[in-house]
Amino acid sequence: MSHESFVFLSYAATAVTLVGVLVSILLDGRARKRELAELEAQGIRRRSQTATGSSQ
Amino acid sequence: MRALLKRDLAIATRSGGAAMLGVLFFLAVVAVIPFGIGPDLNLLARIGPAILWIGALLASLLGLDRLFQADREDGSLDMLAMQDWFSLVLTVFVKSLAHWLATGLPLVLAAPLLGLLMNMSAISTGAVMLTLLVGTPAISFIGAVGAAVAVALPRGGLLVSILILPLAIPILIFGVSASYAAVTDPDPFWPPFMILSAIALFFAALGPVASAAALKGAAD
Amino acid sequence: MSDTTISQGWFTGLANPTRFLALSGRILPYLAVASVLVLAVGLYMSFAAPADYQQGITVQIMYIHVPAAWLAMMCYSVMAIASVGTLVWRHPLADVAAKSALPIGAAFTFLSLLTGSLWGRPMWGTWWVWDARLTSVFVLFLMYLGLIALHKAMDDPSRAARPAAVLTLVGFINIPIIKFSVDWWNTLHQPASVMRLDGPTIDPSMLYPLLVMGLAYTLVFFTLHLMAMRNEIWRRRVRAMRRQAAQSIGR
Repeated sequence: MSHESFVFLSYAATAVTLVGVLVSILLDGRARKRELAELEAQGIRRRSQTATGSSQ
Repeated sequence: MRALLKRDLAIATRSGGAAMLGVLFFLAVVAVIPFGIGPDLNLLARIGPAILWIGALLASLLGLDRLFQADREDGSLDMLAMQDWFSLVLTVFVKSLAHWLATGLPLVLAAPLLGLLMNMSAISTGAVMLTLLVGTPAISFIGAVGAAVAVALPRGGLLVSILILPLAIPILIFGVSASYAAVTDPDPFWPPFMILSAIALFFAALGPVASAAALKGAAD
Repeated sequence: MSDTTISQGWFTGLANPTRFLALSGRILPYLAVASVLVLAVGLYMSFAAPADYQQGITVQIMYIHVPAAWLAMMCYSVMAIASVGTLVWRHPLADVAAKSALPIGAAFTFLSLLTGSLWGRPMWGTWWVWDARLTSVFVLFLMYLGLIALHKAMDDPSRAARPAAVLTLVGFINIPIIKFSVDWWNTLHQPASVMRLDGPTIDPSMLYPLLVMGLAYTLVFFTLHLMAMRNEIWRRRVRAMRRQAAQSIGR
């Protein structure tokens, strides 16, 4: 393998890994927001929430 | 404190305490090596110290979850955790010591027999025994942290090993380094041995403190 | 929100999850944009930098290997500080910070090991060697994985907080070992050339791109970390709401 391909592989692996972490965090966040929305739709409130309900 | 030591020792050496299991596991690991690697005596003698150390490490790690298990089962762990800081640290220290006496020391004493299985010279076996004598308490003391963290978990034993292994690696590194130095001429024995002793003393202080913190944290 | 609430002091303000969510929500877009910008600048600078007279183009790997290693250690230090916050002050968000940093730190450690390996093969002829620096970084990786395993084993996050904090602090001793390993032992890995008492020994034409990439990685870390903390707060809220719902069914 040429030296360039090692450099390329390193940058590619870094990009893939960092993007992968970013994507997993984004998806996780979306899933949590969806769950919160579902629970609120069912009428469940957190104890410290006001009547207008903002769980931002 | 002496009463606690005696009690823990008694529990560990009773039939249900399975302290002998550690030695048997040690024996099993070391005995299996020649079957896997082949009967080349020179090779066995060369890797002997390392194999003995790895076997002792694994045997110690696997026995760590029993450190607090008996107390948890009869409910006295909660009472122990309610003590004031100093007493709890002292308690954990004594329990770790008892654990070492019951589990670790037998490994040291079993080393000569296993050294024979690995065709190790007397000096080699002696060095391994000495380093194990200093190293196994270190494993018990730092292992108490993992045992305290995982005490309430269902698969606690496995998790303890995983958690403590990174911390036990330096013990293994210096223990093996000192053992090999005893048989390899130009290598100095005392520097790695001193570092091993230093690690043991450091863990003897850090282990009980951190373990007490974990026990108190779990009790809250 | 009126000005009086902000003047309470940002530290106590951050202790409230709702306020944290609000604040972090406002900072996050700027942080993300800043990360991307600095990363772009850093990448440009590192590709514009001269090739090393010995290593040629392979020295390019340094610009992603060294920052990854820096961040691997910095992330663990952040977790250690958070662990102190959990144990000493019982700061409500400290364990959230520590837990959410774990996968990010593990990723950076993995990257430093991987890029280091890819650098080592063409340069020093080996993918791996058990010298002090590589071994201690590998141990760091094991510690990250162990802590992740611990959190997965305990389903109540608030109960996992203190044991995890204790374990994190016990493992912190590895960080100075990693840093000084190249000085204390004879390693294949090169000695320190940036963080030294005498000042960096690396040429400015390579030092500046490296520092910019380091800054970029730091910004990326904080962006990802804030996002992960928000996720963790939401996760705990969902859990609490579900438990509340289950309890009210019985009535």
